[in-house]
Amino acid sequence: MSDELAVECDVLVVGGGGAGMFAAVAAARNGAQVLLLDKNVVGRGGATIMAQMTCASALGESEPDNPQLHLEDTLSAGRGLCNENLAAILCEGSPERIRELAGWNVNWARSEDGKINQVKAPGHSRKRCVYVDFLSTGAAICAALRNKTSRDGKIRRLSNVTVTDLVLRDGEIAGAVGIDVPTSAPVKIKCPAVILCTGGMTKMFQRTTASNNLCGEGIGLALRAGARIIDIEFLQFYPNGHLAPRMVGLDPTTWEPTRVKLGGRLLNGKGEEFLHRYGEAEGGSYDTARDILTTAIYKEVEAGRGSPHGGVFLSFQHIDEQKLKDALGPVIEIFERNNINLTRQAVEIFPIAHYQMGGVEVDSDLCSTVPGLYAAGEIAGGANGANRLSGNALPEAMVFGERAGAKAAQYSARNTTSRWDDKLAQPHVDLIRQTAERNSGDGPSPGRLMAEVKALMWGKVGAFRNGADLETARTRLRTMRQGDLDALTIAPEPGFNTSLVEWFELRNGLLAAEALASAALTREESRGAHQRDDFPAADDRFLANQRMQLEGNDLVSEFRKVRA
Amino acid sequence: MTIAGQEHTAAVKTARLRIWRGTSRDNGRYQEYDVKFEDGDSVLDGLVRLRVDCDPSLAVRFSCFNANVCKECTMLIDGTVEYACIAKLQPRLMQLDPLPNLPIVRDLVTDTLSRKERF
Repeated sequence: MSDELAVECDVLVVGGGGAGMFAAVAAARNGAQVLLLDKNVVGRGGATIMAQMTCASALGESEPDNPQLHLEDTLSAGRGLCNENLAAILCEGSPERIRELAGWNVNWARSEDGKINQVKAPGHSRKRCVYVDFLSTGAAICAALRNKTSRDGKIRRLSNVTVTDLVLRDGEIAGAVGIDVPTSAPVKIKCPAVILCTGGMTKMFQRTTASNNLCGEGIGLALRAGARIIDIEFLQFYPNGHLAPRMVGLDPTTWEPTRVKLGGRLLNGKGEEFLHRYGEAEGGSYDTARDILTTAIYKEVEAGRGSPHGGVFLSFQHIDEQKLKDALGPVIEIFERNNINLTRQAVEIFPIAHYQMGGVEVDSDLCSTVPGLYAAGEIAGGANGANRLSGNALPEAMVFGERAGAKAAQYSARNTTSRWDDKLAQPHVDLIRQTAERNSGDGPSPGRLMAEVKALMWGKVGAFRNGADLETARTRLRTMRQGDLDALTIAPEPGFNTSLVEWFELRNGLLAAEALASAALTREESRGAHQRDDFPAADDRFLANQRMQLEGNDLVSEFRKVRA
Repeated sequence: MTIAGQEHTAAVKTARLRIWRGTSRDNGRYQEYDVKFEDGDSVLDGLVRLRVDCDPSLAVRFSCFNANVCKECTMLIDGTVEYACIAKLQPRLMQLDPLPNLPIVRDLVTDTLSRKERF
């Protein structure tokens, strides 16, 4: 293993997706020297780059609109649990960020009169969602931010560096420790402020729409640093996730924009329309909220009316072939490469893990309960309550990223005396070295344990939950965290040791997964994305945020009434 | 509520992957693995399963997984530069090499990063 590496900065941004890159740009323009890390490649991983189309912003270009109306829709989707301050910051901040990105050469789709096109996405009362095209809006945003961050002299980008621990002194951020993946060298980062932009924990589920690197590490880091998390039980399942036949080269979220654009029909295994059984109008409604659509599909499959792979059919067979080709353009070739012919066959879809509503509890500066520790993007909890409104993830990444970057830069300017102490970092460095040397045991690999976690979360902590399954999952996850983890064997490779990286993913991710299962067990009601078969109705006693902290080795939670 | 299992019965086939293992072009060898797959599975699907089921020491780079977005899984497949996430497994011998003209980090991982993004 190589010698230790050491770096210093004013603001450390962990995670180079949409929120992280925006945070880096904002921190730099507020005077900070910024270090932007990604365990994969800055600007290439995370969830933003996978976003296909909708980005909500009350620009009022396609029809009269304002942030207050956007806020009302966001609060309504959140089923009573939104932090209204954070939701308001998101809605009010979105138009400025959209226009800023336009200035950085994001080519928002426009009508002939030059106005930005806006479409009405499910759950919105206005035509509000902007897009670049219907498949690569997130990729266009990431390309602009990659460009912006690479040209800024105050931002240093490091790819293939993963953060394994935050270093604290007297309960405040002093820096972080991580691994340089290509060499396995421990990395010490001295800094007064850290912004976690590590996304959600969708990797912990067998089927997911996001990149493979989002495993809840930021939640684990925050909890072990003493920070509080909030409403972590709420994980959105994306109703139209691709299920079968096998399709590669396209994100599994492909079908929602396609369905909305072309009017695809959802049919059960018998070829019948079924949404009307769940309170929707017959004939295919396209503005059904995500939680209701997910319920409808689950219930239909449970009733024995599923498709061969255990989902429902999405059919475009009623649409003229030429119209399909015109609408889908080059995408139809990707379908063809996968032997999918939409004029002759329906595809199968089923809800798929998509987005984590809960996360690190933050104030309106995006600061956690630990001084110097900020969180932005999907990992920040509160703005979306129990169910995120379609199109709110991209503005959340941009608005919160920008705000966290600015606030963290101001914080670091006020805290110029370093709290760093090598002695405080040493245990974290030692753990990296010791773990890398766990080569001789006969225990399974981290990858194998991760496969078990994914199956467990998918089977027992999915879109529909019950007490017995959640208890089983929580108990097993706790055993994994406190027992299995130490019995894993690491491959004896000096460099690019993915099993070493996976061990640390599990160390933090298992804590996040256990928090989710535990919080889901305690919330004995059904609300938004959290649906309990044994408590099928919303219960006013739980019109409250669940806050959780690590006390010793235990996750402890309490409910607090939602603040106005 | 439980989720219905995969009730379909697709034909399981086998690909033999001949993979470059090593830390430079002068220091390495080919290692062969049999990987079971169903029609439509990608080379990356096979590599991920191989790491979990058989050899966790194999180094592969990817993050987006089968969406062809992150571009990290670029490698030589039977001598042609391809994305492992969209190239399909075939029921035959397939040779996987790291990208040419770039330093090898290990196995199928090459140093594709910009110099200024590294220590």
